[in-house]
Amino acid sequence: MYQYNDFDRDFLAERNAQFRAQVERRIDGSLTEDEFKPLRLMNGLYLQLHAYMLRVAIPYGTLNGGQMDVLADIADKWDKGYGHFTTRQNIQYNWPKLKDVPDMLDVLGEVGMHAIQTSGNTIRNVTADHFAGAAKDEVADPRPTAELLRQWSTDHPEFQFLPRKFKLAVTGSANDRAVIKAHDIGIRLLTRDGAEGYQIIVGGGLGRTPMIGKVLREFLPKADLLPYCEAIVSVYNLLGRRDNKYKARIKITVHENGIETIRDLVEERFALLKPQFGGVDQKMLKDIEAQFALPEFKTGSVAVFKDAYHSDPVFRSWADTNLTAHKNDDYSIVSISIKKHGATPGDATSAQMREMAAIAREFAHNELRISHEQNVILPHVHKSHLPAIHARLKAVDLATANIGKISDIIACPGMDYCALATARSIPVAQQIATRFDELKLEHEIGDLKIKISGCINACGHHHVGHIGILGLDRAGVENYQITLGGDHTETAAVGERAGPGFAYDEIVPAIERLVGAYLENREDENERFIDAYRRLGLAPFKAALYPEVKADAA
Amino acid sequence: MSKPFTPKVVTANALLEGDVVYLTADDQWSRNLSDAEVIEDAAHGDLRLLDGSSQPDVVVGVYLIDVALEDGIPQPTHFREEFRTRGPSNYNHGKQSELV
Repeated sequence: MYQYNDFDRDFLAERNAQFRAQVERRIDGSLTEDEFKPLRLMNGLYLQLHAYMLRVAIPYGTLNGGQMDVLADIADKWDKGYGHFTTRQNIQYNWPKLKDVPDMLDVLGEVGMHAIQTSGNTIRNVTADHFAGAAKDEVADPRPTAELLRQWSTDHPEFQFLPRKFKLAVTGSANDRAVIKAHDIGIRLLTRDGAEGYQIIVGGGLGRTPMIGKVLREFLPKADLLPYCEAIVSVYNLLGRRDNKYKARIKITVHENGIETIRDLVEERFALLKPQFGGVDQKMLKDIEAQFALPEFKTGSVAVFKDAYHSDPVFRSWADTNLTAHKNDDYSIVSISIKKHGATPGDATSAQMREMAAIAREFAHNELRISHEQNVILPHVHKSHLPAIHARLKAVDLATANIGKISDIIACPGMDYCALATARSIPVAQQIATRFDELKLEHEIGDLKIKISGCINACGHHHVGHIGILGLDRAGVENYQITLGGDHTETAAVGERAGPGFAYDEIVPAIERLVGAYLENREDENERFIDAYRRLGLAPFKAALYPEVKADAA
Repeated sequence: MSKPFTPKVVTANALLEGDVVYLTADDQWSRNLSDAEVIEDAAHGDLRLLDGSSQPDVVVGVYLIDVALEDGIPQPTHFREEFRTRGPSNYNHGKQSELV
C-alpha cells in the first residue's frame, strides 16, 4: 500500500489547518455561507437534510486495518457509531457537528486519509477495481496508476474550478468491475506487443443524461498517462459548458462536439504538454509501484477449508457466493456483504469496522477494500483461514451469503439523508431484501443486480442495474420508475424504462412480479436475469409489471 | 381569483449542528415544528423569511414550507418536510428519538 511521505503529510497538515481557520471564520461570522460553501465542499463537507455530512475518500478503495480502526473511532467519537460506504469508494458520516470537522480531518490525516475533493467541481476520488492486485483475470494492478492520478489531481491548480465534477476510474482487467464506461475518464490497463499502456475512455456518466463512455485512445503508452489526462481535462475545462449545470459534464461536451473533435483537441494539447512532464511522473510511478508489491503469500495446506466446505452447509453457501478466484490458487478473495437482509446497504457499525480490521490484520495481510457495490473486500486470504473468518464474521452479522444476488442491492442514501433526493431508496432496498429472504428464492434467482437511486443524479447507478429503480416526487408523492437491461460491466448498457412508475407501497410487489416472470421464462437456471431479458426483450417483463393493462387490452 | 394561501412556516438548518430548525414568533429557532410561528398571509411570509435570513450566524438555508393545521398544530404537507421533522427512517435516531 502507498505510504505517505513527508510531502504528503505536510501538505495535508497545512490544508487541514487552512480549513480549520475557515471553519472558525464561518462560526465567528467573518465568512458568509455563500463564501464558506465552496470551501467546505472542497473539503468534503455537505449540509444534508438533517445534519452535516462528511465524505471521506478511500482512494481506489484500499485501506489497512489501522485506517479502518480510525474510521470506526471517528464514527464513535463524532458521529452516531456507524458509517456509510458509497458507490465511489468513499465513507460518509451523517451526523458531524461543524466545529468538530477539523478535528475529524486531523485524525484522518494521521493515518494518511483525507476528504479533499470529495465534492465540488474538481477531480474526485479516483476509484479502481476492488479486486485490484488479487484478481486472477488481471493484466496489472490498477492502484499505482490510481495513486499517481490521485497525487496529480489533488489540489491541481488548473482544475479546482471545472465546469462540473469530474470522475476517474481505473481497471487492470478486461472484466470491468470499476464501471469505467460510466466515468468522465475510464482507464483500462493493457499490454500491446509486450508494451504496457492504457485504453482511454471518455464521456461516460449516469445522472440525468446517461451516456456510455467512448474510446478516445485505443492504446496510450504508459509513460503518456498524465500529460494525456491533463490534456483531456484542460480541453474540457475550456470547452465544457458553464451556462447550464445540466449540460456541464464532459459527457455532454463529447456529445455536442463529437468524439473526433475532442480527440483532435486533446491530441493537440497533449503534444504541448508532453515535454513539460519530462519523466518525473514516471519516476514517481516507479516509486509508487514498489509500494504496491504483493504481500508474501503463505503456503500450506488448505485441507481445513475443504473439510469445512464439505461438512458445513452454511459455510459452503457463503463460500460459493462470497468468494472469488485469486491469482494464487491457495488464496481467495473474500467479499464481506454489508447487505444483511433488512439492513441499510453500505452501513457498517463501528464494532463491525473494528472486527473487519482485526480480521484483516490476523488473516489477510492487513488489507481491506471498499467496493463500489458498497461491500468490503479482503483481497488476500489463504484458504485455510476461511472457516475462522466466516465464524468471526457471523458473530457480527457480516456473513450474509448474498454477493451478486437480489439482496446485494446498491442504494444511495435517498431522502432518508440526502438534500437532493426526491424519494427514499434505503427502505425500498430493505424491503426487497427482506421479502426475497422470506420467499427463500434468493439463490434460486441467481445473479441479479438491483440498483436504486433516490433522484435523477443516479448515485445508486440505477441506469446500469439489471433492474434499476429510480425514486421520484410525482405531485408530492414518492413514485418509483423501473428500468431493465442495464449493465455495469465491460459490456455496459443503459437500462430501458419499463413503463409508468409505482407508488411506494407498490414497488416491492412489482419487483416480485418481475422476478416471477423471469423464473417462468428463463431457459434454465444458468440463464441469468439479464441474459433472459436480452433474449426475450421487454414484453414478458412488461406484461408482469402491468397485468391490468394486459387485462384491459384482452 | 387567486389560489387561497397555504399556511407556512420558516425553516432552516442550524449552523453549528446542522439540525433542522423552525422560526418561532419571538425570533427563536426551535427543533420542534409545533413551536413554529404559523404564517397566514403571503406578505407576512416574505417578511418572516427575511427575518430568518438575517441570522446567518445561527442558521443556514432558510426557506418557507407549507403546513396544514391539525388541532392548531402545524404539520408538513410534503413528505420531504415530514422526514425533516423526524429524521431517517432506517434507524430510530435523529429527531424522532431526541425530541420525545
